[in-house]
Amino acid sequence: MTSARQIELVCPAGSLPALKTAVDHGADCVYLGFKDATNARNFSGLNFDDKALGEGVRYAHDRGRKVLLALNTYPQTDNWQRWTGAVDRAAAFGMDAVILADPGLMAYARRVHPDLRLHLSVQGSATSYDAINFYHRHFGISRAVLPRVLSLAQVEQVIANTPVEIEVFGFGGLCVMVEGRCALSAYATGESPNCNGACSPGKHVRWEQTPKGMETRLGGILIDRFADGERAGYPTLCKGRFDVNGETYYAIEEPTSLNTLELLPELARVGVRAIKIEGRQRSPAYVAQVTQVWRAAIDRLLDDPQPFRVDPAWMNALNKNSEGQSHTLGAYYRPWK
Amino acid sequence: MKLALGPLLYYWPRQSTLAFYADMADSPVDIVYLGETVCSRRHELRLPDWIEIAEMLAGAGKDVVLSSQVLVESESDLKTLRRIVANGTFRVEANDMGAVELLTSGDAPVTNWIAGPTLNIFNPVTLGMFADLGATRWVAPPEMSRKQIAELRHGLGRDMETEIFAHGRLPLAYSARCFTARHFNLQKDTCEFRCLQFADGIPLKTREGEPFLTLNGIQTQSAHVHTLLADLPAVVADGIDILRISPQGEHTAEIVDLFRRAVDGLIPPMDALTDALPLLPDEPCNGFWHGRPGVEQFVTL
Repeated sequence: MTSARQIELVCPAGSLPALKTAVDHGADCVYLGFKDATNARNFSGLNFDDKALGEGVRYAHDRGRKVLLALNTYPQTDNWQRWTGAVDRAAAFGMDAVILADPGLMAYARRVHPDLRLHLSVQGSATSYDAINFYHRHFGISRAVLPRVLSLAQVEQVIANTPVEIEVFGFGGLCVMVEGRCALSAYATGESPNCNGACSPGKHVRWEQTPKGMETRLGGILIDRFADGERAGYPTLCKGRFDVNGETYYAIEEPTSLNTLELLPELARVGVRAIKIEGRQRSPAYVAQVTQVWRAAIDRLLDDPQPFRVDPAWMNALNKNSEGQSHTLGAYYRPWK
Repeated sequence: MKLALGPLLYYWPRQSTLAFYADMADSPVDIVYLGETVCSRRHELRLPDWIEIAEMLAGAGKDVVLSSQVLVESESDLKTLRRIVANGTFRVEANDMGAVELLTSGDAPVTNWIAGPTLNIFNPVTLGMFADLGATRWVAPPEMSRKQIAELRHGLGRDMETEIFAHGRLPLAYSARCFTARHFNLQKDTCEFRCLQFADGIPLKTREGEPFLTLNGIQTQSAHVHTLLADLPAVVADGIDILRISPQGEHTAEIVDLFRRAVDGLIPPMDALTDALPLLPDEPCNGFWHGRPGVEQFVTL
């Protein structure tokens, strides 16, 4: 069992204002990325240059919070130096940890910066303790972020069989595919989360009002069509409506967010050490509201001797920040599978 | 250049599967990858059955490899993985890092294993590490381009067998969710094994009726069939060692023959592609090889 005091709340920072907001609203850690393909939220207008990073690290460290740097895409032969350079910058800026996926890059970080704390990214697709222990044995990783595929009992099994701290996703946009094992975006656009740090990137998106309704396309492929009055969502490839055997429906996943707030006591009981909030691409307002709710919930779990109870106002606030205004327990709920 | 038959990604009835591999014993493939890599609920054949097929194919002169499951979730998945790793006879293709750990840790690490296409090997430092740990062959991730593969091999600075995904619907994604069960409003735990009815998976089309993806249980594939028949001159020039052909519902043996004859220079690659077209379950594509969206088709003359 992890006491709530030991559960770190890890919040997204796509910008300096979002970082400050997360810290002000109770994040224990913020995670962020550089302005390039070295991280899995490589979107224009997002992320940190050196100036913003310096100020952000100071702001968090002055208040006793940690800063984690996501370097969780896979470097190729011709851009290898950009990724190792990013590891060097992370060390120079005094990051509390770097979140990596590529074993080669981990070997580099371990060799050149032996004191730099390493976390295994969700993009590493490690779903078993054997997989996680591989990274521990070779690179001494301190923490692993689990892909959103395991049940609670399976998470418990992982924790019981590894010395590595386990972090899970608590809230936010839901990848229905195993992270690090999805090339759907590459198939449609040539750009993938693994190699380019972006899924369904904006420059390949087309919105088009037609007589049949608003059509959204990715790389020319029709992802969805919306009737008048329907709210047209961003054409994330796996969240479109498609035709399977003459039936048109969300064949892969509805636009929805993961929300595991009601499982918080169980996550603590099985020994989860950190809860990650998704959403570096979201606004500081999102970061403020979601951070505040999760801070309150973790504090209640710790301080209130009564059995944990989810405040309806919390769910309300989270639902307002959910994709499609709806949420799911994802793989923690067997029928979802 | 050798031809490999990739692991069967679909779920076929037992008799069809046995008949398929009996045919393959007589086909000009050099290497055969065997085992269930997609879904642990599929059990028309269990590991001892796969081993039996492996022995039959080895007896027919094939180099046989046992492939591990890509997405490992349960303790029972891990048990199967341990039995595959400890099989003692056949080489193993590691398709997740748990398999790599089991192969390379302990008192007697296995040498001479194969680093599968889902290990996300994108640079020579990572591949070199796997080579140091006993991998003797690697299968490039299907999304890698010709240029990226060539640069990686050059950067590796040593010889290692390279295999590329040369033919078949592209395995693009894996999930905890089963999309076939979802289509039938069933839960994965009680899926009624609907995959058995679809020898080539279930086609998914856009709302304009364009073939886009293929639902294959927890795996999502392309609708279009990635094929490098027309690109063989470049593949040969680059010195790729092994071409992987992924089994399809019908005509796999004819596809294998076309590849063999085209590789051996008995028919021009473009003619091989033309001959292959009626044998494909959908349109061809080869964009990934050209560093483009995978769905695109380039004909390079």
